[in-house]
Amino acid sequence: MTADGGHHVPRGHAIVTPGADFHDRTAVAVGDPVLQQALHNLDRRLRTAGEAADAHPDWKDRAAEIRRETLRDLDGWLDRLERALTARGVHVHRAASPAEARRVVLGIAREHGVKTVVKSKSMATEEIDLGNALEDAGIARVETDLGEYIVQLAGERPSHMITPAIHKTLPQIRDVLAREAHSDLAVDREALTAWARGRLRGEFLRADLGVTGVNFAAADTGTLVLVTNEGNGRFCTTVPRVHVAVMPIEKVIPRLADVGVLLPLLTSHATGQALSNYVTIISGPRREGETDGPEELHVVFLDNRRRTLLHTQYEEMLACIRCGACLNVCPVYRNVSGHAYDSVYSGPMGKVLTPLLSGGAEGADLPYGSSLCHACSDACPVKIPLGDMILALRADVPAAASAPRRRRRIFWSLWARAWSSPRGYRVSTRLGRASRGRVPGLRAWTATRELPRPARESFRDRWAREHG
Amino acid sequence: MPKVALFVTCVADQVFPDTAAATVRVLEAAGAEVVFPDEQTCCGQPALTAGEPDAAARLARHHLDVFDGGGFDAIVAPSGSCVAMVCHHYPHLLGDRRTDAERMAARTFELTQYLVDELGVDDIGARLDTTVTVHDACHGLRNLGLGTQTRRLIEATGARVLEMTEPDTCCGFGGVFSFGFPEVATRLADAKLGHAATTTARYLVTGDLACLMHLAGRRAKIGPPTAPEPVHIADLLASGLPAR
Repeated sequence: MTADGGHHVPRGHAIVTPGADFHDRTAVAVGDPVLQQALHNLDRRLRTAGEAADAHPDWKDRAAEIRRETLRDLDGWLDRLERALTARGVHVHRAASPAEARRVVLGIAREHGVKTVVKSKSMATEEIDLGNALEDAGIARVETDLGEYIVQLAGERPSHMITPAIHKTLPQIRDVLAREAHSDLAVDREALTAWARGRLRGEFLRADLGVTGVNFAAADTGTLVLVTNEGNGRFCTTVPRVHVAVMPIEKVIPRLADVGVLLPLLTSHATGQALSNYVTIISGPRREGETDGPEELHVVFLDNRRRTLLHTQYEEMLACIRCGACLNVCPVYRNVSGHAYDSVYSGPMGKVLTPLLSGGAEGADLPYGSSLCHACSDACPVKIPLGDMILALRADVPAAASAPRRRRRIFWSLWARAWSSPRGYRVSTRLGRASRGRVPGLRAWTATRELPRPARESFRDRWAREHG
Repeated sequence: MPKVALFVTCVADQVFPDTAAATVRVLEAAGAEVVFPDEQTCCGQPALTAGEPDAAARLARHHLDVFDGGGFDAIVAPSGSCVAMVCHHYPHLLGDRRTDAERMAARTFELTQYLVDELGVDDIGARLDTTVTVHDACHGLRNLGLGTQTRRLIEATGARVLEMTEPDTCCGFGGVFSFGFPEVATRLADAKLGHAATTTARYLVTGDLACLMHLAGRRAKIGPPTAPEPVHIADLLASGLPAR
């Protein structure tokens, strides 16, 4: 999974061909009729989200500034957060790598003799591949977000960070759940949801450990904020004896009051909701006299190369609040879905984050799969210049120091030498026009599109003739 | 009379010289005098999108040498994308000549932006009795902040604008993307052509030749055309001007 000792992730879905590059996977996805049918639903739903998000244009400036204020002193805010959490009786762990984060969580699970873990949806736990690590250690893991539960039962990965099973059609979801239920279930949203609800209720009551991510962590008060729509997050954080929250370090925010700006922006950009159905605000483990909440609460600060982005042109990527708006507006994502990216994070933010968090070991070809339309930059609620970062990564991904890259560099450097002089430009374009477009290597274009032929006379020659 | 240097772009120069000539006619109809600095070549965008900023910077320096001089009030191109290269990317690309790059960017304009925002001209005197749907090309829309300019120019001719679904969604060209990811690029072209066809407009107009090359290339490939004919805004406007 990652360069620092990650797990192998099973790649169950048909559109992921291990070893093939991003282009091959997008081609397969575009040709998959069932996937394309599922993606129609995505389009309808996410267009609504986009319209709701447009209602907050001036809030973006405030949110962007809060996030950048955090990044200017990330370590300072993390220290303050740690002190505030510790004062509330929360155990804080710092993990530099996914492997370290897994070790911390497994250690806590072993210490408490945990047999079953209930998880709420969290990209951070996907990033450290915690689910497989728990299962390898003999601990049952149950995803409790409905979409994530479907994806777990199907042996897949989430295809969208907000709507994990959006790549599936309703009949496909019925098949997955019916297999688990050992009975015939109707192809009906409410009936399927009711079955899953009943099943998950039992899991919540049985579980010894609840694992969640964190949406925001306020440094001034030591408060964790968790956003869900199904109430599963609240179950995970209140019923089991122990709660572990895995928190990528950039989730810290300076003040609890900042939630007032960031939360509505997150929910409106994620799903078009003014507020999610549940907002869980956690201020420590159960205290004496309280009737619910975990006996122990642990927070794992996950770095995984994030600090290496500070003071680089990619620092602003750490402002991301994981709303998924950039996926929803991306013309590529909307046509290929998340699995084609073959990484935890997909869409425009995934094209940026995947190569950066892996030091270029993964997703080096993702930045090329963009038409650079910049719809992502416009949609981002915290104003991350995603389009510019995708472009810059084409030059900056370390893995680019390969043989094809060297050939590419030679080609473009020769081109630049020729075309930076008017004479070189004239000579090479005359040759090009003389060929009447019969240039090798154009099949990638001409298979689906006609290619216009160069004009017999260039504009500059015409101008010289008419004005000379 | 404002003096305009035509930044023709390599695509218009080599593949669509008629569009370049139409750009000159439109600018003249709007009251500008047009000059053509003939040392110009290409803005360098192909190299930048290929991931070779050093090669792109070499072209950018040449472009700056050609256009930073005096003798004209504005630099105008029939392409939002090439203008975005100058205005959005050059200041970073030319770190050592940033001030010069920013000065040039401040007087470089896309054609419709120059006509409507700088000259304050919606009606260039062209008259058309037709229907048009507009594709908002990405770099003009999002890097330059263009919006209504193309529509205002079209409506001033008497032609009717029929809006398509998602006029602001990418057509799928994307430079090297259209070669590297032809399946997705083609799918996006099909979606754009489909949305345009639904409007029943006669023409599909945009301000970027690269988008048009992609859309027209796809439209020609799929056989009997049902979608509107892709046309550059300069060609559309020039077609409504009185013959000289």
